[in-house]
Amino acid sequence: MSDEPLLRVSALSKFYGSRIGCESVSFDLWPGEVLAVVGESGSGKTTLLNCLSTRLLPSSGTASYRMRDGQFRELYRMSEAERRFLMRTDWGFVHQNPADGLRMTVSAGANVGERLMAVGDRHYGKIRATAVDWLSRVEIDDDRIDDEPRAFSGGMRQRLQIARNLVTGPRLVFMDEPTGGLDVSVQARLLDLLRGLVTDLGLAAIVVTHDLAVARLLSQRMMVMKDGRVVESGLTDRVLDDPRAPYTQLLVSSILQV
Amino acid sequence: MATPLVVSDVAKSFTMHLRDGIKLPVVAGVSFSIRSGECAVLGGPSGAGKSSILKMLYGNYAVDEGQIIVQHEDGLIDLATASPRTVLAVRRLTIGYVSQFLRTVPRVSALDVVAEPLVERGEDRDVARSKGGALLAQLNLPEKLWALPPATFSGGEQQRVNIARGFITEHPILLLDEPTASLDARNRDVVIALIAAKKAAGVALLGIFHDHDVREAVADRVIDVTAFAAGKIAA
Repeated sequence: MSDEPLLRVSALSKFYGSRIGCESVSFDLWPGEVLAVVGESGSGKTTLLNCLSTRLLPSSGTASYRMRDGQFRELYRMSEAERRFLMRTDWGFVHQNPADGLRMTVSAGANVGERLMAVGDRHYGKIRATAVDWLSRVEIDDDRIDDEPRAFSGGMRQRLQIARNLVTGPRLVFMDEPTGGLDVSVQARLLDLLRGLVTDLGLAAIVVTHDLAVARLLSQRMMVMKDGRVVESGLTDRVLDDPRAPYTQLLVSSILQV
Repeated sequence: MATPLVVSDVAKSFTMHLRDGIKLPVVAGVSFSIRSGECAVLGGPSGAGKSSILKMLYGNYAVDEGQIIVQHEDGLIDLATASPRTVLAVRRLTIGYVSQFLRTVPRVSALDVVAEPLVERGEDRDVARSKGGALLAQLNLPEKLWALPPATFSGGEQQRVNIARGFITEHPILLLDEPTASLDARNRDVVIALIAAKKAAGVALLGIFHDHDVREAVADRVIDVTAFAAGKIAA
């Protein structure tokens, strides 16, 4: 256990005026770990995700990230350009609505290839080959490579967004309700795909979801948030099978049994 | 002989916040140890806390009091207070668990469900699959089912997938929660043979078996869980 975490978060808070977005959130995330952040709408989970991914600056607290050279860098002290570089190369962000993470009017292949070009790839044939490979990994037929995502179904768009994010070989992926708004059968396919990719690539991920079944399938660890604060955290199956906090017990007892 | 698992003075209760915070005591003063190469069985009626004890030993239930000392890699770890990350490492390398029911994952084939724990330990996927196939064959699961996700399997078929998944690795400690509950006689005998092989290999086993014949066949000793009834200990 001597290896170091990838991300260290300490006492992170975000206030919107006098209103609490999230308060005093601390945790470490190791390579290969998937952390689920659950809670209902307004619990602060998306605020937390946006702070961690530096799309939003926190009011107080620190988050340091272990760069590829092994050095920890304080995220909120980086320049805007450094953060953008990190976002483009080492991180991925999967939005709930694929339209927020894709360019809807360029082809599927270009959506994937664009990220490669952003990290310096210039060889067209290689970029296209990698794009085809990634589309097949997310189960999109290669005859759709020149189609625009506008012509894709919701599930396909979400898979394309995932390919676009993972093609650069990120070490940390943020996901905001990745299966929200999809049909159940499409959800299952996507979850299975995500599970496989996360395991095969050894990705670390922070997944925000209100769906406890998604959390159980994807994550090893879980944080339960309410009113901006973490009310319970631990191993995912421990939190779900032996919930301790009143709010977690309420959440778990509210799951519909199939 | 080595003693890879020592439980001392463990207590567990559930606080039901949705029902005015009433406290349901489960067990208290749980103390026992398991040696390598033996199979101990938790005995006692339903509701005595057998499953809860097993779940605490796997980190699936939180522990209120006491220690669960496990020999993990080259050191000793107290599972009762270990971090989630440590518990995950213990599950990957040291403690295996065969649960009563298989939690199925959509679209993952029975063979891959079985192979997964080995792959997590760094084994090559094809090697893991062929070991998984051998176990499924031993447990008489028809080969035409191997490529299918087990969600639609019968109870007995799911349980055999679950058993194969639990027995495929070489964890030095193995927890068994009624692994034979929905099996026919032929497959019960296979499980008894698998347990005997684990014992011979020096694995420390702790199980719950309601089936009398199975218990007779595998148990080296019975740990009476009623001795740990939470009411017995003065608060």
